[in-house]
Amino acid sequence: MPSTYLVATFAESRALVEAVATVRAHGFKVYDVYSPCPIHGLDEAMGIRRSRLPYITLAAGVLALAATVWFEFYVAVWDWPLNVGGKPDNSTLAFVPIAFEMTVLAAGLATAKAFLLRSRLFPGAAPASLAPGVTDDRYAVALRWRPNAFDTGAARQLLMQSGATRIIQTAGDQ
Amino acid sequence: MRVADQRADRVLAFPVRRQPADPVPSDEQHTLSRITDDVARPLSTRPGAGWLAAFAVAVAALLVGVGCVSYEIATGIGVWGLNRTVGWAFDITNFVFWVGIGHAGTLISAILLLFRQQWRTSINRSAEAMTIFAVICAALFPLIHMGRPWLAYYVFPYPNSRGPLWVNFRSPLLWDVFAINTYMTISLVFWYIGMIPDFATLRDRAAAGVKKTIYGLASLGWDGSHRTWSRYETLNTILAGLATPLVISVHSIVSMDFATSILPGWHTTLFPPYFVAGAVYSGFGMVTTLLILTRTLMRLERYITLRHLDAMAKVMLLTGSLVGFSYATEFYVAWLNGNAYERATFVMRATGPYASLFWTMVACNAVAPQLLWSSRVRRSVPALFAFSIAVNIGMWLERFIIIVTSLHRSYLPSSWVSYRPTAIEVGTLVGSFGLFFTCFLLFIRLLPMIAIWEVKAGSLAAAHGDAGDA
Repeated sequence: MPSTYLVATFAESRALVEAVATVRAHGFKVYDVYSPCPIHGLDEAMGIRRSRLPYITLAAGVLALAATVWFEFYVAVWDWPLNVGGKPDNSTLAFVPIAFEMTVLAAGLATAKAFLLRSRLFPGAAPASLAPGVTDDRYAVALRWRPNAFDTGAARQLLMQSGATRIIQTAGDQ
Repeated sequence: MRVADQRADRVLAFPVRRQPADPVPSDEQHTLSRITDDVARPLSTRPGAGWLAAFAVAVAALLVGVGCVSYEIATGIGVWGLNRTVGWAFDITNFVFWVGIGHAGTLISAILLLFRQQWRTSINRSAEAMTIFAVICAALFPLIHMGRPWLAYYVFPYPNSRGPLWVNFRSPLLWDVFAINTYMTISLVFWYIGMIPDFATLRDRAAAGVKKTIYGLASLGWDGSHRTWSRYETLNTILAGLATPLVISVHSIVSMDFATSILPGWHTTLFPPYFVAGAVYSGFGMVTTLLILTRTLMRLERYITLRHLDAMAKVMLLTGSLVGFSYATEFYVAWLNGNAYERATFVMRATGPYASLFWTMVACNAVAPQLLWSSRVRRSVPALFAFSIAVNIGMWLERFIIIVTSLHRSYLPSSWVSYRPTAIEVGTLVGSFGLFFTCFLLFIRLLPMIAIWEVKAGSLAAAHGDAGDA
């Protein structure tokens, strides 16, 4: 069932941040904020927790490092020890550069993949077009309307007072 | 909570304003829509005469390269001037040259992001594109040097029917394979991730049609959600943090192709930092050449300003001086260590058959950057353009000098020979420039060559006096 959203458009990023802080202070939950670029101070205003992406980076990096070192050791020592200029089979130091490269490669790819999955970004995904122009020159705050638990009048009033240029009620598909 | 309550009361105390019928765009909106417009407009207009002329030259050069490479692959690498003594020359020179060019892109987009250098925002996208095209050009040379490029997959460790006979993980040449592939992949991911919000902007501007569909697919459904932005900034910081040691490792590994051998002139621990400084120097030279061309061809003087050129010139002054210092160190160490072969190699470099190239290199890489102490030179577009060409020439010569002068006079006088490139080798070099410029010219016509969202974030931060980065 499509949800209904109250979407307020803003022309100034400062007013937007203020508005988000204000509606949250009045107990409204902010569904999302839309902007053409990241806005300074909005994370705090929206109460967004720090992203957990770094853990993915760490996990993928450690796994790739271990796997590569193991593979290099397996190839050069166990599977087919080859005498190259009399160097020891287990030339650990010489294994470092490739282990490092594989660590960086896996960590980078895993983090990017995790970001895309978490943000539901994929070719053909439909953007939530609740407010036009938010990829160009304006900002929008969306509150999700809930039956019996949403004072539309109060929400409208708060948003207008915070400097919204336009408020619409719209049906989204999420 | 208490503070928030107070704020809520204060806001509620204001009288309710009527919703304006037709909102007047604010100053901030003017700024933001102008940025969108300035970057997106060239993508929907017909190319100018300057672009068409440049494109024609680039494609012609590319075709020369295609011809030379096809001939070489069909005939064998005997069509090059290589011999038993000088087994690496133009091919590996070009490889190291192009890898080095790529490094400036990563430096601008990753290291300057970590250092929160706001000025990078209008040049990082094109610098990253340059990285990718340069790495493509670089990868071409080891590939065609194999002689049988259709067996290139032998360099990857995969289970095979020859034993399996694995690759040799102790060899710097194999480290190169991994370094270049990782560098290429991470650079591509970083570049594409950076463009997603801009694709969304272009999608929303475009009228329904093929363009809108393509931008729509490329934008992955980006809708400007701040929850996504917040994560996105974390992702960019992580990728920058990964790319920074990566870029240093890549050219360090390239330098180890030489430094781990026992050849006089190559066998030195100075090589990794020396190569990284040289790579950044040559990369910034190429970025400067390209950006001066682009701002003129695409009329983007508002975004690629004298301040950018000035900052890039300062980086070249620093790295050029480091390169000059490395040259001096090499000679000093050759004299100090008392190794007759080492000394002879360096004396030969400065006085032997390639001396004229050596002194041109010194003039371009060690002497010329000292002109950049003058702010008049740093802020003069013609002077910087001429200088950036000199950097490109000087840094190409540096790789040639290192490779060929060390090889052509090694331990046994009986194997002393001379090396001269054939027309096919020169044609292949011309072709790699053609490939690079063809890609770059297509890029500035088809993709947002300035990071729209980063410039917007920068302009908001500047307007509000925030110290935050893009």
